[in-house]
Amino acid sequence: MKEQVIIADKLSKRFGQFMATNQISFSVSAGEIFGFLGANGAGKTTAMRMLCGLSIPSEGSASVAGFDVYTQTEEIKKNIGYMSQRFSLYEDLTVLENIRFFGGIYGLSDLQIKEKSDALIQQLGLEKEAKKLVAALPLGWRQKLSFSVAILHDPKIVFLDEPTGGVDPLTRRQFWDMIYAAADRGVTIFVTTHYMDEAEYCDRISIMVDGKIDAMGTPAELKKQFDAQNMDEVFYQLARGAKRKE
Amino acid sequence: MRTIRLLLEKEFRQIFRNKSILALILVMPTMQLIILPLAANYEVKNINLAVVDNDHSTSSAQMVNKIVASGYFKLCASPATFEQGMELIELDKADLILEIPAGFERNITREGSEKVFLAVNAINGVKAGLGGTYLSTIIKNYNQDILLKWAQASKIPAAPQINITASNWFNPSLNYNFFMVPGILAILVTMVGGFLTALNIVKEKELGTIEQINVTPIKKVHFILGKLIPFWILGNIVFTIGLLVSYFIYGIVPVGNLALMYAFVIAYLPAVLGFGLLVSTFCETQQQAMFIMFFFMMIFMLMGGLFTPIESMPKWAQMVAQFNPVTYLIKVMRMIVLKGSGFRDVLPHFFTIILFGVVLNILAILNYRKTS
Repeated sequence: MKEQVIIADKLSKRFGQFMATNQISFSVSAGEIFGFLGANGAGKTTAMRMLCGLSIPSEGSASVAGFDVYTQTEEIKKNIGYMSQRFSLYEDLTVLENIRFFGGIYGLSDLQIKEKSDALIQQLGLEKEAKKLVAALPLGWRQKLSFSVAILHDPKIVFLDEPTGGVDPLTRRQFWDMIYAAADRGVTIFVTTHYMDEAEYCDRISIMVDGKIDAMGTPAELKKQFDAQNMDEVFYQLARGAKRKE
Repeated sequence: MRTIRLLLEKEFRQIFRNKSILALILVMPTMQLIILPLAANYEVKNINLAVVDNDHSTSSAQMVNKIVASGYFKLCASPATFEQGMELIELDKADLILEIPAGFERNITREGSEKVFLAVNAINGVKAGLGGTYLSTIIKNYNQDILLKWAQASKIPAAPQINITASNWFNPSLNYNFFMVPGILAILVTMVGGFLTALNIVKEKELGTIEQINVTPIKKVHFILGKLIPFWILGNIVFTIGLLVSYFIYGIVPVGNLALMYAFVIAYLPAVLGFGLLVSTFCETQQQAMFIMFFFMMIFMLMGGLFTPIESMPKWAQMVAQFNPVTYLIKVMRMIVLKGSGFRDVLPHFFTIILFGVVLNILAILNYRKTS
């Protein structure tokens, strides 16, 4: 059995009376692309923030890259990359300046940063934009850049929160090529999405409804389990039972 | 160190790209230092005086001349009756009415005394109070002049009197600018530093970029230093601009040591920056931060001894002023600029202000959470 890089056991987060994430348990092995699905407000982002060390759980336990989410949040942060729902590179810095800043924060040397940014610029085809402010980039490019910055320091695991929201189909395809390339290098991918075709690209997926994980397995297994033609149907069957409104 | 260098690099790039912030930092203090001292002046001038002269004598004319020659009063009208004078006050055209009774000259010469009547429009308390006092003083002086003249004429020894000779230490010409400009500069340094720090961090919260920072292994202390140092440098730049404005526009040359002034500002800035930082850790939006900062800035400004002396406040307000960092900067600035106080004189204030800085920054670091 492969090394388990994320293990969650009855992980919960409560905000007052509200159980945002209710006793979720799962594990993700190294190098896996793990899809984390669920309707808006199902608790995906809350769960992801707990795993990233941004939010302390209320109950349950979890470890990420072998570190505890309660006590070793800063150790976790050294080993992961994170791309939030909102675009969170500095729009008033240029592409190169962003790469330099985030690379440097993770402790890359000037030489490493130089090599990596050259490679990255070339790979993304951003030669002309390298010295432009990020604010001037179209959304698709920004998202690709965010992802590249998130994996710049070669983390063990990268968390992607709806990375392709609002992006055109062609760019989404390219985005997933980048995800596959990272996974091939051994990076574990933990990704949330609302696109069911993207769910099919994952090795394994879980579907959250009202703060709980209602289904988990490979896309093929889930389709069989719910007697569905595609992931869309699986999702509808589960999400229809949801009580939480947006 | 490398992390801090990277943070500084990023912060300065962002500041220099944001033209409106840059203008705020450079132009605002200059403009305010030019405009505000004109308003923050307690000297009352151009008081509108209406004289009802019922005597029309040489003496009454002499007295009125003396009043107008003082430079504080403008003779706005010479109504025939007191009632007409009152109308002028009601129309807000006159601030003071001086009524000289008929037989003024005669009574002075024959009986040696006479009463004049003064009516004051007290809507503006300061103007009324000061105006009334100035006028009384001038009339008293006139009174003495007459006494003196008679004494010489009649060879009778004049009534004994006490002459007061005042010498104004530290600000001999009683120039208000010398007093107000250093105080206003203290406020400006505080405002620029406090507001910029608070708004800067809250802006990162609004944009969501702080989350990207929080998910990195960056140390809290590094992040906070990365935010403090740029604004600490900017605070010193604002202070320098302010000193240049005070020199070139108001001709203010600090009596004391310039290096000591800088040393105090350098020690003082971490306190206000730490305060801005602390406010930012409590706020989620720039509006919240703005309002909270305004609330405190108003208190800092009005209770820091800039306009009204702290000693004349009630005891409880004096306690509040003790917890106002601006109090110390204003005090020390005035001590050094006007009095030329040395290091020993301001040393206690150094300790106090450094304590402020340490406490506020520790609170800010404790309250800033990378993990919520």
